Amino acid sequence: MTLDEMIKALAAYDGPQIKIMEVCGTHTSSIFKNGIRSLISPKIKLISGPGCPVCVTPSVYVDKLVRIAMQKGHCVLTFGDMMKVKGSQMSLTNAVGQGAHVKVLYSPLDAIKTAEEHPEIQYVFAAVGFETTTPIYGVLLDEIESRDIQNLKLLTSLKIMVPAISYVCENEDKIDAFLAPGHVSVIIGCDIYQDLAEKYKKPFVVAGFEGEHLLAAIYEIVMQMEQGRYEMKNMYKNAVSEKGNPAALSVIGKYFELKDDFWRGIGVIEQSGLRLKGQYQKYDAGSSFDEYQEQMPKGCRCSDVILGRITPPECPLFAKVCTPLDAVGPCMVSTEGVCGIWYKNRGRE
Amino acid sequence: MKIDLSHGSGGKQTGDLIHDIFIKNFDNKTLNQLEDSAVLSVSGRIAYTTDSFVVTPMFFRGGNIGKLAVCGTVNDLSMMGAKPRYLTCGFIIETGADLEQLDQIAHTMKEAATEAGADIVAGDTKVIEGDGNIYINTSGIGEILKEGVSIHNCHPGDVILLNGNLGEHHAAIMSGRMGIENTISSDCAPLNSLVADLIEHHIEVRCMRDVTRGGLATVLNELSESSDCRVDIRETSIPVSREVTGFCDILGLDPLYMANEGKMIAVVPKEQSKEALAVMRENKYGKNAEMIGTVAEGSGVCMTTKLHGSRIIDVMYGEGLPRIC
Repeated sequence: MTLDEMIKALAAYDGPQIKIMEVCGTHTSSIFKNGIRSLISPKIKLISGPGCPVCVTPSVYVDKLVRIAMQKGHCVLTFGDMMKVKGSQMSLTNAVGQGAHVKVLYSPLDAIKTAEEHPEIQYVFAAVGFETTTPIYGVLLDEIESRDIQNLKLLTSLKIMVPAISYVCENEDKIDAFLAPGHVSVIIGCDIYQDLAEKYKKPFVVAGFEGEHLLAAIYEIVMQMEQGRYEMKNMYKNAVSEKGNPAALSVIGKYFELKDDFWRGIGVIEQSGLRLKGQYQKYDAGSSFDEYQEQMPKGCRCSDVILGRITPPECPLFAKVCTPLDAVGPCMVSTEGVCGIWYKNRGRE
Repeated sequence: MKIDLSHGSGGKQTGDLIHDIFIKNFDNKTLNQLEDSAVLSVSGRIAYTTDSFVVTPMFFRGGNIGKLAVCGTVNDLSMMGAKPRYLTCGFIIETGADLEQLDQIAHTMKEAATEAGADIVAGDTKVIEGDGNIYINTSGIGEILKEGVSIHNCHPGDVILLNGNLGEHHAAIMSGRMGIENTISSDCAPLNSLVADLIEHHIEVRCMRDVTRGGLATVLNELSESSDCRVDIRETSIPVSREVTGFCDILGLDPLYMANEGKMIAVVPKEQSKEALAVMRENKYGKNAEMIGTVAEGSGVCMTTKLHGSRIIDVMYGEGLPRIC
């Protein structure tokens, strides 16, 4: 089947509505960049799930980063994406405007160089991410240990994907199928989705990131749905193996252990987060939060959006008080978040 | 040798700095008079603009802050259909700045100004305490060669031309900051000759804009709003080098939102679009020029993707930071 034929078939689809959730920020971005929604039947709905680690990072975590960055002699190291995420009061970008010390890094290993150059400053790395980025924090910890670096710690908000997917399956019956995450699957492998597909009776298709890959994966899901099948299919075989990347999994296992964790917009999901193991707590900058009293702004319906219950314009705050420049809820925070995307396409979806 | 506060005192060291760096490099009759102001002759209507430059790192593959400071102002003048004539520059120099680097920056400024056919006729230097950074403001005067070039002037049916590959300056700067080894070079260049070529060939240019911060997406949205029209572009027509495409894929950047320093769009009547494209491609700064889209009735900017999907291109929100997910 050619790509054109596939696009024609997806455009002509007129069966029951199919809701497909993607849980990978890069998939969301690619769907948007390639105009995938405009190519397929309106009966195939693409829902952006909790696939952006920045978007699901709780505000109390951001608050703590801001507090640290404001402290004399301290500096927060972070990836660019975290700069814009609002805590209960402000984002790191706002905090910098008030004198906070924040440095944007592009690789966690740059933190070593920075810390060694300025031993007088206490650095705290904002370690946010899913399985994709966690192994790199493990490598960073290896370096901190071997070089005996005293002035670099991690404030962690690390999550794993599968419990969140299970949460969606158990609490939301309107999602028919999943585009399994691309990058995360490179680390954890695709076997795990076999179990999910059987348990929840939904198709799970692992897809690459090009527009053609996504269309092929969506086509596979539609075929499965039409034929009443629910299978795991790995369509990103050149990067995703059955068991994942053992070296990356091993470094995660060395430093981190599972814990219940809070997902902004969703709530606590059991055994969905990672924290530093006891013997490595000395590298932790205070990541254990006693309570996640997430004060979701009044009227914010991000959790309904993330779970695919409503579309962003159905939220009373959307495009009124909640915009990309002044995001209220997590889905508007990242330009790749679902509300951010709808905002850009308002009037067209 | 390093700059210290005595270089900004107004005394002997200040005089030496001015002579040994600025007069030596910029060297022209007007400046060499060392009067309180430059006295200039111009003919007809002028364009007049100013811009300030802060960039980290100050030296990058394809240029330095000095080249940016000259090209930025030269290009702003050129986009109004003006021929750049005179430039001024103000330096704010932090203590600890390296004199050799300052000399190199001034030398590059002279080279860029000479290429643009303009003289740097006045300047100022201030020294402040700091970490060796250098900040430059330039202003410029250009003589209008073609009246009526304006962002408010585009009409449905007009064709939009872009003079070459997107994202190279942005990628070069980020590579410098991140210590990434690659061959991506900033596109920083004076575009006055490209503009002069279009005017000499009697192309009825409606509007020109240099595509700098905020990228092509932002410029096209400004055009759409100012001319009250819709802009339709084709993804497959937008030139981006393979290396920049790969760089963007890794970092989650979009070339449409990346900064350039030697790129411009020209909006021209449809009947002249082929000739205008040919003229652009003849110029060394337009070899990769493409017709990227058209102006239509309506509003907003819409892109037909390579899979023939449609995507709304909005302005950039916040800073263009790489994604982690």
